[in-house]
Amino acid sequence: MKVSTRFLEIIGAWMLAIIWVLPLLYALWTAFHPGEFATRFSLTAPLTLENFRNAWAAAPFARYFLNTTILVTLILVAQFIVCTPAAFAFARMEFAGRNVVFAIMLMQLMIMPDVLLVGNYRSMAKLGLVDTILAIALPYLGSAFGIFLLRQTFLTVPQQLDDAARLEGCTLLGRLWRVYVPLARPTYIAYGLVSVSYHWNNFLWPLVITNSVNTRPLTVGLSIFASTDQGIDWSIITAATLMTSAPLLVAFLLFQRQFVQSFMRAGIR
Amino acid sequence: MIRRRTLLASTAATLAAPAIARAQGTKISFYYPIAVGGPIPAIVDGYCKEFQAKTGIEVAPVYAGNYGETLTKAVTAIKGGSGPAMAVLLAAEMHALQDLDILASLEDVGLDAEGKKWLEGFYPAFLANSRADGKLWSIPFQRSTAVMYYNKAAFAEAGLDPEKFPRTWAELQAAAIKLTKKDAAGKVTRWGVKMAADTGNAQWTFGALANQAGHVLMNEAGTETYFNHPKAIEALAYWRGLGTSGASPDGVSNWGQLSPDFLEGNAAIIQHTTGNLTNIRANAKFPFGIVGLPGKDGPRTVVGGGNIYFFKNANPAERKAALAFARFLAEPDRAADWSMKTGYIATQPAAYETKTLKDYIAGFPAADVARGYLPVAVGELSTFENQKVYAALTNNVQACLSGQKTPAQAMADTQAEADRILKSYKKA
Amino acid sequence: MRKESLQAWLLLLPALVLLVAFTHWPAATTIIDSFYTTPKGSRPPRFVGIENYADLMTDPVFWTALRNNAIYAVWTIPASVILALVMALAVNTAMPGRALVRMAYFTPTMLPMIAVANIWLFFYTPDYGLFDHILSWFGGGRHNWLGDRATALPAMIAVAVWKEAGFFMIFYLAALQAMPPDLKECAALEGSSRWNFFRRVTIPLLMPTTLFVLVNAVINAFRLVDHVVVMTRGGPDNATTLLLYYIYEAGFRFWDQALAATLTVVLLGLLGLLAWLQFGVLGKRVHYR
Repeated sequence: MKVSTRFLEIIGAWMLAIIWVLPLLYALWTAFHPGEFATRFSLTAPLTLENFRNAWAAAPFARYFLNTTILVTLILVAQFIVCTPAAFAFARMEFAGRNVVFAIMLMQLMIMPDVLLVGNYRSMAKLGLVDTILAIALPYLGSAFGIFLLRQTFLTVPQQLDDAARLEGCTLLGRLWRVYVPLARPTYIAYGLVSVSYHWNNFLWPLVITNSVNTRPLTVGLSIFASTDQGIDWSIITAATLMTSAPLLVAFLLFQRQFVQSFMRAGIR
Repeated sequence: MIRRRTLLASTAATLAAPAIARAQGTKISFYYPIAVGGPIPAIVDGYCKEFQAKTGIEVAPVYAGNYGETLTKAVTAIKGGSGPAMAVLLAAEMHALQDLDILASLEDVGLDAEGKKWLEGFYPAFLANSRADGKLWSIPFQRSTAVMYYNKAAFAEAGLDPEKFPRTWAELQAAAIKLTKKDAAGKVTRWGVKMAADTGNAQWTFGALANQAGHVLMNEAGTETYFNHPKAIEALAYWRGLGTSGASPDGVSNWGQLSPDFLEGNAAIIQHTTGNLTNIRANAKFPFGIVGLPGKDGPRTVVGGGNIYFFKNANPAERKAALAFARFLAEPDRAADWSMKTGYIATQPAAYETKTLKDYIAGFPAADVARGYLPVAVGELSTFENQKVYAALTNNVQACLSGQKTPAQAMADTQAEADRILKSYKKA
Repeated sequence: MRKESLQAWLLLLPALVLLVAFTHWPAATTIIDSFYTTPKGSRPPRFVGIENYADLMTDPVFWTALRNNAIYAVWTIPASVILALVMALAVNTAMPGRALVRMAYFTPTMLPMIAVANIWLFFYTPDYGLFDHILSWFGGGRHNWLGDRATALPAMIAVAVWKEAGFFMIFYLAALQAMPPDLKECAALEGSSRWNFFRRVTIPLLMPTTLFVLVNAVINAFRLVDHVVVMTRGGPDNATTLLLYYIYEAGFRFWDQALAATLTVVLLGLLGLLAWLQFGVLGKRVHYR
């Protein structure tokens, strides 16, 4: 009895898993076979790389890759630099107005920049930043989520460690750098993963703020590539889809254990 | 050597020479919408490079998605202060763009008397959406008419004459019902006819149907619409009837899905653009035909596609450069080349006098079918607040096609909504 | 003390400037804009009080978008959270191919929505798309999933749940793995059933994670419209128009600044209300360590 329930559970888990990877499997099938096999399945279908070649030639994907890489790197580095001191201030310093400022900041947890497309577009236009990679990144640099997460982690750092560093004559920034940042490493990794996957996949704001090939990230490039006047070509689109998602997927496959563990240790739960 | 020859061959460029001389080193950006999946961006890049080699003016082409997306991009960019000098947008957007106060008229761009004469060389149907307030606002470029592609093998299989395409609504419906094929389980494996009703395309399909019923949907000034009219209702009722009679699938079919459906053999007839001809020709694995749309009593269609617009934000030198580029694109040899590579209709009769296009048509007569229907074509639905009116129409057409509203109700609602949108544009 | 205050503010400054400049400032200007008409060409914006809001109340598309978004939220949030928990529980136990299963659950998170939407578009294709294909094996007929008002929104919901559940699973998994193993041994000794253990121990211990996941699910229910852009553009007849998509249309397709601003204010209000509900009401009942 018990064994059979367990068996059913495993079957269920596997079924769910198959449903969940089905789109990816379909993409793999279509992308590696000639166009006429996009809608029918045959074991004898010949394999081909033609779709990837066509997709790569049809749009400047290399440039899009570069743009996205610059974008996510810029955002990640800036978020770390900006959020770390702020989180430290909230976690370990006494100052007038702390609770008020904290509350104001937390508002961004719910009111994300994504909703404020129109207002932010106007700001960027006034700053003369429309159609720049910086403009895609700017609204996300001060991240309430990042500050909140790091603050929670910094709060768990034993006060004695901080005191010891202080006695050794460490400056404020020195303590932050030598004591807090190293102990918060799992949080940085977990937050980094969330941030990179979020911005690698972000679409609406980049769509609005970019106008040219030199700034478009992969997602926008892909959407423009896929919306055609002549009709959808599944093979080429799936090939492009796989190309654009491959780096993130491969990175996850290689590091998935580390990712889960860092989430665990980061205490995002 | 080669350079000199092309220069001599192109009268337009020679005439625009003084302007070009001053525009040396000018760089303009140019937004355009067309399909990828084919080599089209490469074609446009090629034209730009050729133009630069000849004039020293650098044109940076920006492919920005389909018509709707390119419109969104161009206007948003201009409002954000970093817009292009010129763009290819739907010809039907004229009123709305003018209302946004971002267009430079051809007069502002510097089209002189000689240039006006040059404009007269275009097909009049393609200039239908170019005039307002006594000025000219755009130059025809990638123009098309709505056409039907049909699968000749399916026609033969259904016992229809593949060389005799229906000419009236009744004939089309009867043929489409015959073409609809079901398997043993009663599941449809091939539909008679499919027409697009998704956002961005429903209004074009419907514009053709309205013309087929002999009805015009708006006034020339773009301030009034006439949806709540027996003929408009009749047109919508016919469309809905295709679905309920089993000639078409129920509900909304997507534009992007039509070509794959057709190539896949899932639809025997599709209503699409001439601009898709080259794609269909390359990928169809069966004999196909291309014909003008049938009408209630006889063939009628609607023109479509994009014109070149010029924007206010460009400085005089950039405007001159943009105009020179537009004229460069319209030169007969280039227009012929464009038509052959894409299937769009060349915008001037002169292009059809070139040897290359003549030879091409002789070998592939289908390429010249759409042009024959220009005399029975009307302009696209074009009003102020165009996109809002399109949205109102699209929503109601979709509601009708999925059985939520009767054709009369849908048209009445569209009219009420359009009246509300255009309220402030109506002159008392 | 004064010195520490100054230092603290200096540490905060970059974050605060960025936050205010790109969240609070645009929020404030949007509220102001919502009381003015849309500037058009030579016509400057004109103060109209609450007229834009009155117009919004009579705008049928707004009400449709609001209703759609409510339905969308009511389905995607519980479905993705519960599925995430189920997935986490599944891969937290020993079973054959555990790593593969976990990977399968997580892959949608790594794929851009804009990209997978194209694949789903194929799945939903009538006649020869995957779903119709499978249905036909069971004698099912054709269905125009995205072209029919009745199924278009559920189709969007399915894509969203598929996309999000795996992401939330990671948080649950991290929480489950951090649970002390001796708890389970204790329970086993006491002879408590698995269901009882799950209900009495696991669920309460997961409450903070649930709150965190819930906040994210709520945000995504209002933020994630990428698939609408690719798959339906809000159609048919607005059946899949969500609030943010309508804002996008108003702002960048119709260039109706007044409408876009008014809609944004409504959405901000809604998000504020939900935040208050979650942190104020639900948050108090969550046991934090």
